[in-house]
Amino acid sequence: MNKKYLLTHTALALYVVFALLPIVLIFINSFKSQKDIFDAPFKIPSTESFTTIGYQTVFNNSDFLLYFVNSLTITSVSIIFIVLFGGMAAWGVSEYKYRGRILLSLFFIFGMMIPVRLGTIPILELLQSLNLTNTHTALVLVYIAQGLPFSIIILESFIRDIPKEIKDAARCDGVSETDILFHIVFPLLKPALATVTIFVAIPIWNDLWFPLVITPADGKQTLTLGIQQFIGQFITDWPTVLAALSLAAIPPLILYILLSKQLIHGLFAGSSK
Amino acid sequence: MMKNVKKRELILFLGPALFFYCVFFVYPMIATIKLSFYETINNDTQNFVGLANFNTLINDPFFSEVFWNALWNNLIFFLFHMFIQNPIGILIALLLVNLSFKAATFYRTAVMLPTMLSFVIVGFIWQLILSPTWGITSILYDVFSIKENTPALLGEESTALITISLVSVWQFIGIPVLLIYAALISINKDILEAIKLEKVGFFKAFFHVHLPMVWPTIALVSILTYVNNFNAFDLIYTVKGPLAGPNFSTDLLGTLFYRTFFGFQLQSGNINLGAAVATAMFLIILIGVSIYLFFVQRRILR
Repeated sequence: MNKKYLLTHTALALYVVFALLPIVLIFINSFKSQKDIFDAPFKIPSTESFTTIGYQTVFNNSDFLLYFVNSLTITSVSIIFIVLFGGMAAWGVSEYKYRGRILLSLFFIFGMMIPVRLGTIPILELLQSLNLTNTHTALVLVYIAQGLPFSIIILESFIRDIPKEIKDAARCDGVSETDILFHIVFPLLKPALATVTIFVAIPIWNDLWFPLVITPADGKQTLTLGIQQFIGQFITDWPTVLAALSLAAIPPLILYILLSKQLIHGLFAGSSK
Repeated sequence: MMKNVKKRELILFLGPALFFYCVFFVYPMIATIKLSFYETINNDTQNFVGLANFNTLINDPFFSEVFWNALWNNLIFFLFHMFIQNPIGILIALLLVNLSFKAATFYRTAVMLPTMLSFVIVGFIWQLILSPTWGITSILYDVFSIKENTPALLGEESTALITISLVSVWQFIGIPVLLIYAALISINKDILEAIKLEKVGFFKAFFHVHLPMVWPTIALVSILTYVNNFNAFDLIYTVKGPLAGPNFSTDLLGTLFYRTFFGFQLQSGNINLGAAVATAMFLIILIGVSIYLFFVQRRILR
């Protein structure tokens, strides 16, 4: 380590401890019994105190797996449409010149700034008239609208970075605009997926508001809402609560750690102009 | 320059996004604003009442107290993020720039991890850690030999809002770190080398070189903070429930919106008043966004 930056490393390391200690604390205590959690909260579970009793209670008493699958389905279906429609729209507003193009761009930026949840009341009425109350389809429809603006803006910056020569060569060969988009441009957008996933998919996975107002019951709950309801029932049973929290925290953390490296490149593409 | 795109193709590209965006975002927003000017009679007839709902919100003895309280709390909640989260975030980003890309990636990822967790998880984690029964706080009190009883930071009217704001700062500090860092490393390398060679002091370099160059990003971070804070709901709901206790001391506009629309305890839900709260939130957010777009985006769009 460079000696000159010792102070920098120390300061950052201290902050990292502050950022991670609460998460680590929840995780290590989830493998202990109620008594050990209270007696020695900072101790790492030893071979004697190690127990998975909390995890057993979670899996025996809740629809954890069901909620997990619900969340996975809703998030992945939403993100597929968000990237597909977002990519098409980003291409439409960045590749061609026509009247109203800038206005259209602004129209989408607007949606990134104004939260969709402010329109909840008419959304619920609309879903009722479409017979979609308490369905996953309803959540997906709302999330597509919510995720599109960000996806369009990020994908737009990636599309602008694609060399003109590639597209022009295809045009000279008589390839149609649709084929250029789907067969040449879309494959080149792969690096953008990390950024879109982190900023669009993870918020969908973590959302509490729309599951709460659209799919609050009947096994339709998402993992985030399910955990919220489950912990409410078990609040005095600490090993169970901690196990549920740990299980719910793992998927987004792993996803983020895997994608983190590409993330900064994604932001580069957006900020380099 | 005009590519030979046909109108039909353009509609194909833009159509699906416009459809979903208009039906599930633009229409609900307009319909919300419209609802806020009406009252519901006999459960199904909408009767135009002008600004009456807003008058209730601002002047009615019962509602106005709750509304101004939520707005005031929300402002405090925002100021905590703006003046604690963002400056610390900028400082961390500045420290990261000097390190190798690999070391910086490690710290950046670690700082960002809490941001990736749902409010539900963050809310409960801190509820447990700050719980007087678990005694993490009392152990820390012992370490620093503080003799007082362990306080229920989230349970006291005087400390609940501040504590929840700081929990939220802990969760979201990764965003300013990430965005400012990305902006800092895209500053021209020659300029950064020159700073090193000239041995310019840390603060002087920051105010004269870094700050002017990352100022658009700081503005972006500020508007994101503003929008997210004035739309916050989940963390309060998780930790304090829809009543945002104790005694509404953690009530924000988001929780007020939820209660007004869905009802709580003996108060039954009111669609039109709920829409009025949502419209008020919309206007508050719109003011911030307009200022941002006017001063910052105008330059970019030209």
